[in-house]
Amino acid sequence: MGVGITVENLNAWFGKHHALHDVSMIADANKCTAIIGPSGCGKSTFIRCLNRMHEVIPEARATGSVRVGEVDIYNGTSAVQVRRRVGMVFQRPNPFPSMTVFDNVAAGLKLNGIAPGKKELEELVERALRGAALWDEVKDTMKKKSGASLSGGQQQRLCIARTMAVEPEVVLMDEPCSALDPISTGKIEELIFQLKEKFTIVIVTHNMQQAARVAEFTGFFLMGRLIEFDRTEKVFTKPSDKRTEDYITGRFG
Amino acid sequence: MSNAALGAPLPSGADEPGKALEVAPAIPKKTDISRAWFGDKSFYAIVVACGTSVLVIVGLILYELISRSDLAWKAFGFKFFVGQDWDPVNDHYGALPFVYGTVVSSLLALLLAVPVSMGVAIFITEMCPRRLKTFLSFMTELLAAIPSVIYGLWAIFVLVPLLRENVEPFLIKTLGWTGLFAGQPFGIGMLAAGIILAIMVVPIISSMAREVMTAVPSAQREAVYALGATRWEMIRMGVLRNARAGIVGGVILGLGRALGETMAVTMVIGNRPEISKLTEALFAPAHTMASVIANEFSEATGDLYLSALIEVGLALFVVTVIVNILAQLLVWSVTRGMPARGNG
Amino acid sequence: MARALNQQVAPLPFGRKLSDWAATFIAASCVVLVLAPLLAIFGYLLYKGFGALNFDFLTKTPAPPGEIGGGMANAIAGSVLILGLASAIGVPVGIGSGIYLSEYGRGSRFGNLIRFTSDVLNGVPSIIIGITAYALVVLTRGHFSALAGGVALGIMMIPTITRTTEEMLLLVPHSLREAAYGLGVSKWRTTVSVTLRTATSGVITGCMLAFARIAGETAPLLFTVFGNTYWNWNLDQPTAALPLQIFSYAISPYDDWHRQAWAGALILIILIVFSVAAVRIAVSRGTLGSVQ
Repeated sequence: MGVGITVENLNAWFGKHHALHDVSMIADANKCTAIIGPSGCGKSTFIRCLNRMHEVIPEARATGSVRVGEVDIYNGTSAVQVRRRVGMVFQRPNPFPSMTVFDNVAAGLKLNGIAPGKKELEELVERALRGAALWDEVKDTMKKKSGASLSGGQQQRLCIARTMAVEPEVVLMDEPCSALDPISTGKIEELIFQLKEKFTIVIVTHNMQQAARVAEFTGFFLMGRLIEFDRTEKVFTKPSDKRTEDYITGRFG
Repeated sequence: MSNAALGAPLPSGADEPGKALEVAPAIPKKTDISRAWFGDKSFYAIVVACGTSVLVIVGLILYELISRSDLAWKAFGFKFFVGQDWDPVNDHYGALPFVYGTVVSSLLALLLAVPVSMGVAIFITEMCPRRLKTFLSFMTELLAAIPSVIYGLWAIFVLVPLLRENVEPFLIKTLGWTGLFAGQPFGIGMLAAGIILAIMVVPIISSMAREVMTAVPSAQREAVYALGATRWEMIRMGVLRNARAGIVGGVILGLGRALGETMAVTMVIGNRPEISKLTEALFAPAHTMASVIANEFSEATGDLYLSALIEVGLALFVVTVIVNILAQLLVWSVTRGMPARGNG
Repeated sequence: MARALNQQVAPLPFGRKLSDWAATFIAASCVVLVLAPLLAIFGYLLYKGFGALNFDFLTKTPAPPGEIGGGMANAIAGSVLILGLASAIGVPVGIGSGIYLSEYGRGSRFGNLIRFTSDVLNGVPSIIIGITAYALVVLTRGHFSALAGGVALGIMMIPTITRTTEEMLLLVPHSLREAAYGLGVSKWRTTVSVTLRTATSGVITGCMLAFARIAGETAPLLFTVFGNTYWNWNLDQPTAALPLQIFSYAISPYDDWHRQAWAGALILIILIVFSVAAVRIAVSRGTLGSVQ
C-alpha cells in the first residue's frame, strides 16, 4: 500500500541559487499527483527532494519538512532508508548495462542485502515484471539479454519493474515518457493506472494532456513556486490563478 | 501569490486528501540505517586511505632520499655536483660525470627521437588510411611495452656490433672532418645509449603528439583547407601551430623518461665515470646518474659511498619530477579545452 | 561575377606540390624507421630465443658460471612470486584511490592534490623506487628479500591503476548511480556493485597495463630481491627474478648464458603478452555489455 506525502515549507538551493520557494502540498496515498510547469520551474528539483535525491548533486541542499507517512525524511532518518521507501523512475531509462534483465530487476533486492531464496527471488522478479507489463516480452530471454539491449520503452518499463521489486510505498516519476515514442508512452500511462493500486505516485511531466489523463491532482510550478494545487479537472478547467490559466492555454512556457 | 501555494489546499470530493496521514507508516529499522551508515563511512575511510597512500609514498621517497643522503651532503655540500672525481677507493665523490652523461645521452636521444616521432604522429593522424591507423598505433604502443632489459639485451648483441663495425667507422670516415666523430669505434658508449633511448622515447612523444593533434578541432583544419591549402600546408598551419604547446609537453615527457631510464642505458653506455673530450663525446663510454646507481648501489660498502649514491638519486628524482610537472602543465594547456569527462 | 565557373584555375605551383609530396614521404619513412627496430627486436627474440629454449631451461636452476646447461626455472618462479605480491599491493590500493578520485574527490582540493601527486609518482624513475624500497624494507629487515621487490613494483603499479580506474569510472553515466540511489542503495554498495561493476573491463585493462609495465622492470629489483641461484618461495629471502637474470646473463662473458638471456627475454615477452591477452579475453567473455 502507498502512503501519502506531506510537504511543508520546502526550500531548495543549488549553491546560492534558490530553486524552490516555500512549497507546501499533500500527495494522497494511492493517487497519482502530477507536477506541471515550464522547463526550469523547479518541478524536477521538487520531486527529487521527495526522496532526497536532490542532495546527490554537489552543493545542493534543501530545508523544510517532507513527511512520508508519518516519517519526516529530513529529520532523523537516512537518505538510503528514505529512498528504499520512495522509489524513483528517471527521465531517461537507465538500466544497469552490465546486468541481465533479470539481474536488473533483482538488483535493488541484492544491493540492499535483502537476499531471498532463489525460488522466492524468481517469484519476486516475475511479479515485478508482470506488474510493469514487461513479463511477456522478456520472460524467455531475461537471463541472457543485457538490460541495455531492450528498446527504449522496454527499458523504461524495466526500470519501473526494478523500482517495484523493492516494494516502495511511493514511486516518483521524473518525466518518465519524455524519451519515449507515443506507443511506449501509452503503455507507461496504462501502467500508471495499475500502479496506483499499490503505490502513491508523483509524476513530473511537461505534457499537460498526460497530466490530465493519469493524475487525480495536479500542481503547477512557476519559477520555483507552487502556484496552484488542486484536483486535476479543476486545474485544467477552472484554474484559480491567472498564471495557471496562461500556462494551460498555451500563452507561455 | 495564490493561497494554494501557501497552505495545503484541500479540495473537497470523494477522495479526501489528508487521509494520507492515517496510513500506518513503515518505521525504518534502526539497525538498517546504522548498517548503511557504517558501510558508507568505512568504505569512505578505505578509499581515502588508498588515495592518501599516494601522498605518503611520494613523501616517503623524498624523506628517505633526503635523510639517507645527508652524510654526503654534509661532506661535500654543493660541490658534490661540480666535482669531477668519483673515487670510491679514497672515499671522495663528485657527481658531475653522471650529470654530464645523463644530460648528453638524453639530449642525444631527443635529437634523434623528436623528428621521427613527429613524422610518425603526423603520418598516423593526418596522412595514413584509416585501416592502417589502428595497426600503426598498435605497433608504436607495442614498442612502449617492451621491457627496458630486453632493449638492453638487443642493443648489446645487435645494435652495438652494428655500430662498432659499420656505422661508427663510416661516420669517422665521412664526417670525421666535423670534429664530432673522433675517437675509437667501441660500439658501446654514448651514441649507443642515445640511440636506444631514442627508440624507447619515440612511442611516448609520438603518442602525446598524436593526442594533442587529434584534439585540434576539425573546424581549424577545414578553415585552412578552404583557403586552398595543400595537405602539408594544412598540417603546418592548421594542426601543428595549434598543437605546439602540447607537442612540446610530449617532448618534455619523453625527456623525463630518458633522464630516468636505467637498464638499457646501463647495458650499453660503457659505465665510465669520466667526461670525455668534446670531439670524442659521442663514441666514448660514459655513465649516467641512473646507471651509476644501478651498477654500484649493491656493492657500495662505506656509509659515505652509499650516501653519495643516494644523493645522486635525490638529484635525479628532483629533476625528473620538475620535468614531468612541466610536461603535464603544457599538455593540460592544450587538452583543457576538451570535455573533461569525455572519451578524449 | 569575378570568374565563370568553368574557367580554369591556375595550377598549383610546383614548389607547393613538391613540399606536399616530400612531407608525406618523410613522414612515411619515419614510420618505417620506427617499425624497423620493433621488427628487429621481435625477430631476434623469436630467432635467438626459440633457438635456446629447451626443457632444461624451464625446469632447472642455473648452472655454475662457465658451465653449459642449467635454466631459469627458479627465476621464473621468483618473478611469479614478486609480481603476485606487487599486484596484491598495487591493484587494491590503485583501485581504491581511483574510486576516491572519481566518486569523492571531484573538484576538491585534496582530490586534486592526490591526482597531481599520482602523476608525479608515475614519472619517478624506477631506480628511485628501488632505492626507497631498499631503505624501507631491506634496511629494516636487514637483508634482501622478495618482499622488498614486491613493495617496489607494487608502488609502481599504483599511479597507473589509479588514473585509469578514475577515468573508467567517470565514463559510467551518472544516471546509473542515480538509479541505484533511487532504489535505496547506499553509496558504497552503488559504487562497488553498479559503478565499478559497469566499468569492470576498463578497470581490469588498466590493471593489466600496470602489470605489463612492471613485469619487465629490472632496475628496482637490483638491490631489493638481489637474485638467487636456488629455488626460493620465502617472501623474506633473496629471490631470483627473470628480468634480473636476463640482465646478469646478458652482461656476462659466457656464450651459453647469452643464449639463455635470449630465451629468458622470450619467456618474459610471452608472459607479458599472454597475461594481457588472457585477461582481455576473459573480460570480454565475462561481461555482457561494456560501458556504452
